[in-house]
Amino acid sequence: MSQADLTMGGHSTSVVTEPPFSIPTKKLAMWLFIIADTMTFAACLVAYGFLRNGTSDWPRPFHSITNVALMTFILLTSSLTMLIGLRAAKEGDKASAFRWTMITAVLGIAFAFLHIREWFGLIDEGMTMFKNPWGTGLFGASFFSITGLHLTHVVSGIIALLVVGVRYRSGRYNSDDIEILGLYWHFVDLVWMFVVPLVYLLNLSH
Amino acid sequence: MTTATDHKSSGIGKDLIIYFCLLALAGVQFVIAYQNIDIAQKFTRMLAVACIEASLAVLFFMHLWTEKRAFLVFVVVFTISVLLGMQYGWTDSTRMLVGAPFSNVK
Repeated sequence: MSQADLTMGGHSTSVVTEPPFSIPTKKLAMWLFIIADTMTFAACLVAYGFLRNGTSDWPRPFHSITNVALMTFILLTSSLTMLIGLRAAKEGDKASAFRWTMITAVLGIAFAFLHIREWFGLIDEGMTMFKNPWGTGLFGASFFSITGLHLTHVVSGIIALLVVGVRYRSGRYNSDDIEILGLYWHFVDLVWMFVVPLVYLLNLSH
Repeated sequence: MTTATDHKSSGIGKDLIIYFCLLALAGVQFVIAYQNIDIAQKFTRMLAVACIEASLAVLFFMHLWTEKRAFLVFVVVFTISVLLGMQYGWTDSTRMLVGAPFSNVK
């Protein structure tokens, strides 16, 4: 008996299998993306560690933790606001879900602003991709690559938050889309938990 | 659509607890940064804290804990396997400083 016979003969429910792992396809796709992106960031961080371990004059240019602590606080808080937005969306409270999604986006913008401000501060001190006044030029390359990749994810997330939030309010998207976007945003937060100690805190000048 | 979202009727309390745990753990990382210890120890401790933070975020913020067990096992085993696979080259990272690893072995 062919597949067509099975599906055309009223037996479709008996041959249609559940999605893999019994989770919706869009959510599975986001998880697979997250797993793949984890590998990308892990590869960058391992390469960074490899260079740091093998370079004797590795610079330690960070004098203060104030900025990075504030950035961490903002990003962690944005994860909480994302959760609150998702909860509101699941309860059908569109106005509240939209509001909390936009608050998350604003926190993301604040994070990106602080990050770019920090970049300009380092550039003003003479740091570029290939040289800096403190030691090996590899530091600038690895620092800008890792934080730049993370910042790209943050900016993409902000755009997605704005688009999905607006479309959710207009009824084109539903709470499942907010949930999938939330997965991405939490992942961006998660990556930062590794970037902070490895790239910033291990390079404090004290 | 949801499998992991049907559980979200427990209020915001659990999310807040996880949030404050993550803030506290992030604070611990900053404290470790100012400890007067060897850089290798510092690295190990910070990485351990980061792994705990990541686990909390994945399990509770991303709701992996409430997904199907098979999916949870798939994500955890696959990810950890690949991450561990990336660690094979560390001995080679000191090549530039001290020469090729095991070069003095006769």
